[in-house]
Amino acid sequence: MNEDERTPEPEIIHTPPEFVVAEEEFHTPAGEEIIAGTSLWKDAWRRLLKNRLAVFGMIVVILVAIASLIGPEIIKRVNGFGPDYIPSDSQLIKSFAPFKAPDGSFSWKHPMGTDNQGRDIMARVLQGGQISLMVGIIATIVSLLIGVAYGAVAGYLGGRIDNLMMRFVDILYSLPYIILVIVLLAMFRSSTAVGQLVLLFIALGSVSWLTMARIVRGQVLSLKNQEFVLAARATGVSTARIIFRHIVPNTLGPVIVYATLTIPTVMLSEAFLSYLGFGVQPPLASWGSLASDGIQNIAIFPWQLIFPGLTMALTLFSLNFLGDGLRDALDPQMRK
Amino acid sequence: MLRFILKRLLITIPTILVVITITWGLIRLAPGNFYSGEKPIPKAIENNIREKYGLNKPWYVQYGKMMGHVLVLDFGTSLKYEGQSVNGIIRRSLPVSAAIGLSAYLLALLVGITLGSLAALKQNSKLDYASMALAMVGISVPNFVLGPILVLIFSLTLYWFPPARWYGFPSRGMVLPVLTLSGIYMAYIARLTRAGMLEVLRSDYIRTARSKGLSERQVVMRHALRGGLMPVVSFTGPALAFLLTGTVVVERLFTLPGLGNYFIQASLNRDEPLIIGIVSFIAITLLLMNLVVDIAYAYLDPRIRY
Amino acid sequence: MPLSKMNNNGNLLEVTDLRTYFDTEDGIVKAVDGISFQLKRGETLGIVGESGSGKSVTNLSIIRLVPTPPGKIVSGKVIFDGQNLLTLSNEAVRHIRGRRIAMIFQDPMTSLNPFMKVSRQLMEMTRLHLGHTKQQAYEHAIKMLETVGIPDARARANNYPHEFSGGMRQRVMIAMALSCEPELLIADEPTTALDVTIQAQILELIKRLKQATGTSVILITHDLGIVAGMTDHLLVMYAGKIFEQAPTKELFATPGNPYTKGLLRSVPDPTAEQGELYQIPGLPPDVAHLPPGCPFAARCDRVQEICHREFPPFVQLTADHCSLCHFAHEVYEESRAEGARSSESNL
Repeated sequence: MNEDERTPEPEIIHTPPEFVVAEEEFHTPAGEEIIAGTSLWKDAWRRLLKNRLAVFGMIVVILVAIASLIGPEIIKRVNGFGPDYIPSDSQLIKSFAPFKAPDGSFSWKHPMGTDNQGRDIMARVLQGGQISLMVGIIATIVSLLIGVAYGAVAGYLGGRIDNLMMRFVDILYSLPYIILVIVLLAMFRSSTAVGQLVLLFIALGSVSWLTMARIVRGQVLSLKNQEFVLAARATGVSTARIIFRHIVPNTLGPVIVYATLTIPTVMLSEAFLSYLGFGVQPPLASWGSLASDGIQNIAIFPWQLIFPGLTMALTLFSLNFLGDGLRDALDPQMRK
Repeated sequence: MLRFILKRLLITIPTILVVITITWGLIRLAPGNFYSGEKPIPKAIENNIREKYGLNKPWYVQYGKMMGHVLVLDFGTSLKYEGQSVNGIIRRSLPVSAAIGLSAYLLALLVGITLGSLAALKQNSKLDYASMALAMVGISVPNFVLGPILVLIFSLTLYWFPPARWYGFPSRGMVLPVLTLSGIYMAYIARLTRAGMLEVLRSDYIRTARSKGLSERQVVMRHALRGGLMPVVSFTGPALAFLLTGTVVVERLFTLPGLGNYFIQASLNRDEPLIIGIVSFIAITLLLMNLVVDIAYAYLDPRIRY
Repeated sequence: MPLSKMNNNGNLLEVTDLRTYFDTEDGIVKAVDGISFQLKRGETLGIVGESGSGKSVTNLSIIRLVPTPPGKIVSGKVIFDGQNLLTLSNEAVRHIRGRRIAMIFQDPMTSLNPFMKVSRQLMEMTRLHLGHTKQQAYEHAIKMLETVGIPDARARANNYPHEFSGGMRQRVMIAMALSCEPELLIADEPTTALDVTIQAQILELIKRLKQATGTSVILITHDLGIVAGMTDHLLVMYAGKIFEQAPTKELFATPGNPYTKGLLRSVPDPTAEQGELYQIPGLPPDVAHLPPGCPFAARCDRVQEICHREFPPFVQLTADHCSLCHFAHEVYEESRAEGARSSESNL
């Protein structure tokens, strides 16, 4: 490739989507952005409700969260055993298929069957959901805090510092960070399950903030030079008001969208690490560690893998749909 | 171009050194040692071991020694697999990982691009919804769940493919690991292709192409595909990193003697030379591949010059 | 295909009651709602209107490039040289696009394929429609680039679009559009994205090439100033409807519609001493939710009660001058009176 002296446009990678007709011909009057400030969320909510998949995702996520929170307790009340209850009978095989009693007859007691020690899988899956969701949410919050702060600072300061900070992110991006996470978790393996869990939050949170930082920085960067911000500045609106009335509400959309999409990614990483034995440790259990336990017996007791696996897949599926739906609702430019 | 490559290498090399340093630091800062097992060992023996592996020297001497190994790309001998050189282990296990990983990525490209473009061309059709739902499933089902389910169906029920072990390249034994590994990339690539194609199909220059009287096929093949696939090209960098984590799981699921499996074993065993060796190797490969992807990107998009 | 079916009283293009609707979240948008006009061979027609008036959609509808969905040509006829383009097969329309009807678009920055050398984009036209070999097409491409005034065309042909300036890119677009010597050239805001000096050059180029080839031209613009010296006839569009239709000179001299008058008043006049430029108050209406009466009523300076209530009639003022207004005759008479007065005072 020749070293051409002609100055190219600065790194245009994609031309912004320009809808042949709709945008050019029916664009809403300029200045809408400020007027729409209050109805933006209502508008987004209305669009979200129109998206059937997103609504499905939202409902499933809410149901799974509620079931995980109160399910184990309800099972205890109804059936008289908790997730950790090991029956004391001396039968050789303790893992029963779903809806089967020890004698092979139909039973409502274990809709997902039992594990090798005879523990109720449904109760364990619901309790595992608490851990899985907790890891997803807490690690996402960690990544959110780091990412938003980092991105906002970089975008706001701009110039050299921004350049330096983003170059650092670029470098981190290209790192095989999951490898480092494995080394970290393996080396600092905690003797207690809770300790290992905290380690997991830190490890996952500290590697998932990169994209968030990029998104926030991009938003701040483009917003601080937009006409409505400049106009506000020119008419003497205070800096605080500009930031909180104009910039923050506009970054919030992408941040929420991306956070929603980070939760399933983090949960997937947690499951992956738990499968490898570096994640959640007994006596705690997550969907990942339950599925991992189930893999050993896939040939004889497939339900031990299938139920935790499916529950996790369904939840991730729903979270992803919800995230996609939120993106479509909050970012009309991205809409098809 | 040459200047760009040099500039990138100048960033890449320190990055690799940083990765290695972090890894080494993690190993050293962590409590415990590779030789400390369940039971405490006599002081004399411990001293002997520390003497043998140079652990009694100051940290910077040890760090220097480790870096010396890295700089000449000779990572020494494994602590756990006695008498085996780290380089030898990498040389033996790499082909397994590469065969699985690359096959999976190629398969993912093939299926992903086809599904994604079809979905974009027939936007909002049944095909579009079906392939995007399928892609969402692919993204949501963890590979260590997908793998055993495939085994359950295709090995334990239908007896089509062996459920585990390495049978060389190419072999029937590769089918299930490759499928398991490629699932999520198929899904990602399909989504990326669809999004990229939709964006391009809406662009002004596609309208121009249509106004020229080209057939829809010509519009897509000649004008849209190139721009539409650019996101897939830029995904290749992260995908390689991803692929790595994927191979770790798949190798363990199917008990394949690949790099990932050795890495997990080494981490569990605190086998420092092996960890450092594999991490260095992975870091170098990844960063070089990223460079290659950037160059390819510039080559494919004439607007980008470095 | 017979090239010249010289029926249709010399009309190359006859559009009758064209309606193109868009199905959007806000409801059905009637982007083009009952448009009719004719274009003779060798003539230039200007379509003027604010953005959102439906002028681009009209022309995309003519060559059936309206994105479907959400757009749909609901009804109408587009008779091009005796054939109704709206009922032709896709295949047949493709042979007309580029070959007999060519388009130039608004934004030359994005209308050329950024991944393809300029020469290839030009060659594509003649190889497709004229059956040129690679070599012929290449030579023809360079000839076309020279025709549109690209310096050092032979070397520049191998550049990518981003290596050209905006004006040069628009020249490339024109070269591409004209490379098969089309009978109709549709130029959709060809100068809007360009600097003023470049605008003049591009318009001059279109004018010159039009005279040289005898191509009919439809020139879409929101700028009446551009249209004045270039067109024979004018359509003024507003909210998907034709508001006024007349020969260019007549429309400028004696407009019969308050909207046209507003547009004319908002053209900067270099001879005027008054500093402030007139602007039609308000914004174009939301085409998805049009009121029952005249769509311009809310912005009109001579609005009456009837305007809000009833849709205005399309009034014929002279043989080829029509206006969509309840008070078309009155406005027309006023304009004539004003014209008489100003010519008196000029004397």
